[in-house]
Amino acid sequence: METFIMQLFNGISVSSILLLAALGLAITFGLMGIINMAHGEFIMIGAYATYVVQNLFRAYLPEKLFGLYSIAALIVSFLAAALCGLVLEKLIVRRLYGKAADSLLVTWGVSLILQQLARSIFGAPNVAVDAPAFLENSLKLGTISLPYKRLFILVIAICALVGVYILMYHTRYGRNIRGVMQNRDMAAGLGVNTKRIDAVTFSMGCGLAGLAGCTLTWIGSIGPTLGTNYIVDTFMSVVVGGAGTILGTVFGASFIGLGGTAFEFASNASIGKVLIFTCVIILLQFRPKGIFAVKERALED
Amino acid sequence: MKKKRNIQWTTVLAILIFVFLGTAPFYMSMFRIGLLGKYVCFAIVAVGLDMIWGYTGILSLGHGVYFGLGAYCMAMYLKLEASGGALPDFMAWSGVTRLPLLWKPFANPMFAMLMAVAVPVVLAVIIGYLTFLNRIKGVYFSILSQALAMILAVLLVGSQGFTGGSNGLTNFTTIFGKSLSAPMTKLILFYVALLVLILIFVLCRYLVKQRIGKIFIAIRDGENRVRFAGYNPAKYKVFVYALSAAIAGIAGAIYVTQVGIISPGEVGITPSVEMIIWVAVGGKGTLAGPILGALGVNAMKTIASERFPEMWSYFIGILFVVVILWLPGGLVSLKEVPERWKKRFKKQILTEEKEEVLPEGKEEGEIC
Repeated sequence: METFIMQLFNGISVSSILLLAALGLAITFGLMGIINMAHGEFIMIGAYATYVVQNLFRAYLPEKLFGLYSIAALIVSFLAAALCGLVLEKLIVRRLYGKAADSLLVTWGVSLILQQLARSIFGAPNVAVDAPAFLENSLKLGTISLPYKRLFILVIAICALVGVYILMYHTRYGRNIRGVMQNRDMAAGLGVNTKRIDAVTFSMGCGLAGLAGCTLTWIGSIGPTLGTNYIVDTFMSVVVGGAGTILGTVFGASFIGLGGTAFEFASNASIGKVLIFTCVIILLQFRPKGIFAVKERALED
Repeated sequence: MKKKRNIQWTTVLAILIFVFLGTAPFYMSMFRIGLLGKYVCFAIVAVGLDMIWGYTGILSLGHGVYFGLGAYCMAMYLKLEASGGALPDFMAWSGVTRLPLLWKPFANPMFAMLMAVAVPVVLAVIIGYLTFLNRIKGVYFSILSQALAMILAVLLVGSQGFTGGSNGLTNFTTIFGKSLSAPMTKLILFYVALLVLILIFVLCRYLVKQRIGKIFIAIRDGENRVRFAGYNPAKYKVFVYALSAAIAGIAGAIYVTQVGIISPGEVGITPSVEMIIWVAVGGKGTLAGPILGALGVNAMKTIASERFPEMWSYFIGILFVVVILWLPGGLVSLKEVPERWKKRFKKQILTEEKEEVLPEGKEEGEIC
């Protein structure tokens, strides 16, 4: 029972990080038909932003305030990744709307450049970020202990999810996004500035990935190839869930996260990956565009 | 008229490349020939990838899998020959005491070579059937194929006693009883690789010219129209996927004899995507282009990693961005660039003089 709960908790924890990364990816894919292979590198940017903030706090602020760096880092990592995303959108992604396969390859090139850039600036070896003191302990429930770090990450993921939900379904801006997603020409015809919607949404998605990167620093060391470890799982979440729906993304991330940890626990790391991949292929047999894909009658090519 | 001239030019290009490769041993050092042989294997993969991506429009990011499977099959034979049929060294290191049953038949070179083609084909047919038949297409397929590449790499690393783990299979000595390090063997292997490249090029060219090639192109340009015309695109897609997997498997088998090592590093996501850039740089949909691309990019990679290794990542990254955004036809289409500019220039002058918009549809050359 104990191990079961621990495994479940681990699965939820992995899912929450995947969810943060996949939310942005799913929205941009649904909105613009862009596959952003450099998405993992925005996780990395967020992680390095956290590293920089930590160092700044350590260097310039008194010891007592060090714990507060985590809050600042959350904001900075989001902003840094969002800003980089905006630049990328303006320079490159803008030219790729609707060309999914091309966007995949171009952003792969971008990801190589960003990785090398990180290597040049921060060096190839991994760097470590110290978690703030208030996250060091764990919550004890009888014989089970749940680390505060992972609980904190879960809370952040839920906050981000709620934030995105409210933004998408209860604001004018979200209505515009959904409108553009459903019918770009019609939305433009009704006066929605689609280019601006695209740019802001893309950079917001990147910002969420940056947030994921920030949380990752507390459970492991960070290096230039941090993003590549997560990118495949993130994409699988989007594929399973279906592009463009929040519910689908939540389902996809939990499926990959929980399923992955369960299979790994039952067998081993490599067999677990094979099993989860098989499950994804089987699921896609019934719903080729993802479980929660937006239904449409149009015949697409 | 213009189309005919275009075809001739790419054929001429291919023949020039073949002549260059064929005569290379007369004026190049043995070391360079070894490198060239490696590039030739990559060129074989590129031709196969061009069939599936350039002609049929399916972007597979997992061809490292098929390349790797072919290479591992051949490497198992080489490894067993090196150990004289006894337990290979790495197995002893990782605590395996008896030769696994799966390894046993690979002592036979004919079986190993057969498997180097059969294993990729079988896997490709299974994956292809499950995906294409249910209309999983476009980027969804690309992402799944990429996941496949990651999984195989993880599996190979994970089963240390079976596959040599992350070191892969290496330390081969002989092939068919001939020493692998002898210059004569190396030369023969180089020409074998070249011969296979030429044969596969001719085969693919033949296929493309046939009815089936027309259907491939039709699937790329409008899959639903093909379906409504009474064809089943899934069958053709499975076929072309299996074909390119077989080609990649053959290339892998030849690669391992020349380079003498195969490791999960040549199988995973990064090498698989790099294969795509060879095709893109050379020019997809031309067959000669990918050969040029594979040779060119790899030659540059070797030069760059000798001189300034840290620049290589920047370079290949920029190459991806520039080629796909601004030169979608690849190097082969370079000679059309001045023409394109001239046309654009002319159009500008025309519109300025007459203040008339030219009919749009005609320039696109849409097939109705």
